[in-house]
Amino acid sequence: MAADGQWLTFLVLILPFLGAAAAPFLTRAFGHNAAWVLALVPAFIFYHFTGFLGAVSEGETVAGGYAWIESLDVDFSWYLDGLSLTFALLISGIGTLIVLYSGGYLKGHPHLGRFFSFILMFMGSMQGLVVADSFLTLFVFWELTSITSFLLIGFDHSREAARRAALQALVVTGLGGLSLLAGLLVIANITGATSLSALLSEGEVLRAAPLYMAALLLVLGGAFTKSAQFPFHFWLPNAMEAPTPVSAYLHSATMVKAGVYLVMRLNPVMGETLAWETILPVFGGTTLIIGTLLALRQTDLKLMLAYTTVASLGLLVVLTGFGSEVAVEAAVLYLVAHSMFKGALFMIAGAIDHETGSRDITKLGGIGRAMPVTFVAAVLAALSMGGLGPFFGFLAKEEIYAGLGFASGWSILLTLTAVLGNALMFAIGFAVALKPFTGVRVKMPKTPHEGPVLLWLGPLVLAADGLLAALFSDLSHRFVSSPMASAVAGEPLSVSISVIPHIGLPLLLSVLTIALGIAFYLTLERGRAAMAATLTAIGWGPDRGFDQAVRGTVRLSTFVTGIVQGGRLDVYMTATFIALAAALFLPMVIFDELPAMPVLPSLPFYELAVLAIGFIGLAAVLHARDRLTAIVSLGIQGFAVALIFMLLGAPDLSFTQFMVETLSVVILALVMTRLRLSPADHRPTGQKMLDISIAAVCGAGLGLILLRVTQVPFDDALSVFFAENARVIAHGRNIVNVIIVDFRGLDTLGEIAVVMIAGLAILALVRIRPGVAPIKAEKKQRARAVEKVEA
Amino acid sequence: MHTLIFRTIAPYLASLMVLFSIFVLLRGHNEPGGGFIGGLIAASAFAIYGIACGVAPVRRALYFHPMAISGFGLLVSALSGAVSLFMDMPFLTGQWTEIDVLGLPVDISTVLAFDVGVYFVVVGSITSIALALEEREHA
Repeated sequence: MAADGQWLTFLVLILPFLGAAAAPFLTRAFGHNAAWVLALVPAFIFYHFTGFLGAVSEGETVAGGYAWIESLDVDFSWYLDGLSLTFALLISGIGTLIVLYSGGYLKGHPHLGRFFSFILMFMGSMQGLVVADSFLTLFVFWELTSITSFLLIGFDHSREAARRAALQALVVTGLGGLSLLAGLLVIANITGATSLSALLSEGEVLRAAPLYMAALLLVLGGAFTKSAQFPFHFWLPNAMEAPTPVSAYLHSATMVKAGVYLVMRLNPVMGETLAWETILPVFGGTTLIIGTLLALRQTDLKLMLAYTTVASLGLLVVLTGFGSEVAVEAAVLYLVAHSMFKGALFMIAGAIDHETGSRDITKLGGIGRAMPVTFVAAVLAALSMGGLGPFFGFLAKEEIYAGLGFASGWSILLTLTAVLGNALMFAIGFAVALKPFTGVRVKMPKTPHEGPVLLWLGPLVLAADGLLAALFSDLSHRFVSSPMASAVAGEPLSVSISVIPHIGLPLLLSVLTIALGIAFYLTLERGRAAMAATLTAIGWGPDRGFDQAVRGTVRLSTFVTGIVQGGRLDVYMTATFIALAAALFLPMVIFDELPAMPVLPSLPFYELAVLAIGFIGLAAVLHARDRLTAIVSLGIQGFAVALIFMLLGAPDLSFTQFMVETLSVVILALVMTRLRLSPADHRPTGQKMLDISIAAVCGAGLGLILLRVTQVPFDDALSVFFAENARVIAHGRNIVNVIIVDFRGLDTLGEIAVVMIAGLAILALVRIRPGVAPIKAEKKQRARAVEKVEA
Repeated sequence: MHTLIFRTIAPYLASLMVLFSIFVLLRGHNEPGGGFIGGLIAASAFAIYGIACGVAPVRRALYFHPMAISGFGLLVSALSGAVSLFMDMPFLTGQWTEIDVLGLPVDISTVLAFDVGVYFVVVGSITSIALALEEREHA
């Protein structure tokens, strides 16, 4: 537990958000070259986290944090072990390359600054997610990644497809986030732990608890939506509407792995149960096969990669849930390898799009000579994706087959699933890396040539990393794979696989995978046609289902709104006042609190006179022929009340009452002229009788309740306090004013905010053009028009 | 209501009312009055001016949009409450100081600033509603 340097880690956690605030200004100053400056942010974070590698590889963990909301016992805390450190390094390392790549990819875009801002905000959220320790910190950052992802997918907000994809991703991952929150609360309830580090020692309690299943399903609901597991996979391919740097970063290398991260994090706590080892492989395996098959169908480079990402995430879930140590090691290796090669391939797809103007694999060919550096990077990345030596992907694949093994029927099934999935991914990886670059040069929207350094630097570095990490496997295992695998398994593990192949079953399966992969590659066109035909035959998918669910919800809410808010003011008023009458009378009747008959006081003549004024006002209202007169007459009644206040020694109240009364008469009169109501009252007699009785009941209720209140002994503690302290503490002799502006200042602040908001709302209402009819009237008109046409 | 007498008197009446409203606002801490009442008086002054002479002259005279005045008031009130934060006291704790105006000692406080904010919010909101209603058929 290293406490020193705590503030530095905290700084590193908020640094991306500071960078996001500065990004628009930097971009205004330096244009797309601001990327070089902004890349320093993730680069510094990367550097900071490498400082922990030594300690973490020795098996230590680093924890830190601050009290956040002390009264609720909530901390802002982080926890670094092999798992979170590897993730943090991937996020900041790839983040550095992505920021640079964005500078090249979106050069000259009018909203480049905003883009940098979003992507740095995302980076900060993701960073916080993987190092978070307390549940609440984890959840807050989890939701922040959903929100920033929404902003990034919908970056090109003028296109409807982008908006729909952004909304879809937000709805799916947001619902998952709520499920995760519920799951974490259940876990906290069972174990009493509110942080991940504390939870690690509570595994047995949690697994034995009767609510274990509920907690598991809820948490997996969060993980599976985030990591696009079947049947929630559909949002990920749609998210390809985002600019390519986003796809490379969020939807392959980092965010979608948040679900996998969560599953890995909870493996030592919730794993090794029958439910865990069934649900995860089943969903993961299904996702793997469906993802690869759907990828076959695509011709768009990004969509092909997107579906293979779905498949890879499925594979990771299978491996984590399988329950053997070697499988955990395989998951760790594959996760690291995948982040590097898939990030690189996405950036390459973007570079091809940027330089040729097309991403359609059937319309690309022979650009290898024009874009040699990109080509090299693509081949390097594809070799790793295909699992060929001497690349990191090779290590991962060997370990996958060693981990799943042939021990039982279950593991044979999963192994065969993995072989099939890997072979299809092999085919698609090479299709993306070879097809556009080789073969006959076809005509493209733009003449291709090598992109600027910003465009090829990222993919090349990532692809080369896949090679270096495998060649120096001792180092990468010592600092990355072993500590991470230990954290996932919950016990010390040492990864030892190297590029030198061992003759054995895994190698045999690798050869089989490659052979199958080459076969798929050669028959890619036929496979695509077959898949297309199958999908057309099925004709329905979760993507359509999402639309249907959204439409259904909208229809339901329209239906409910139609009932609750019919658009008739008199109905609203009647409902409101009936509710008021009930609220006044029911408690008094139910609790038997009706007031006793008061003793009528003998009033002096001037008080009787004021009372008389009030009655005259009332009579005038009843007698008035048109509405305007009635409103003005109501003012008489109000002035009588103001006079009563004055006589009873409340000048402030009286003063205010006068002003309010005057202004309401003025404003009501103005509203009347504005609405152009007919001057006279045309309600039918029945309606009038109903309204009169409601009014009478409300008035009687209010009167009775006031009587009752004044009959309760008066507690003068507050009045005495205010009277004593207004002068002493608050320097004022007018107690009412002192209460308003000092003793109860916060109330007043809230009230004036309400006054202003109400003002804004009324202003908006007044400004509505008379031409815009209410929705219902419009609908009726439309219905009438339809009837006419039909007739 | 375009009577000659009303139209002639309205500007004077309105300015008197605004003056009176400021008086009511400032004396509020010790005598009946305060920001809320003062604001209502000023708002009725503008409403009268608007009814008599039309909305355009009122808008010209106010210079700022009434809603902006209201927003300014809310900001003033909130900021006056924040002053005490810098002195390690809870939000909205009143701060007092005495200054010398032409030989007279005058108490100045964040509470007064708060009340001035209330005044502006009330003036702005009510005036903008009233003016919007007074404006007839327009683009």
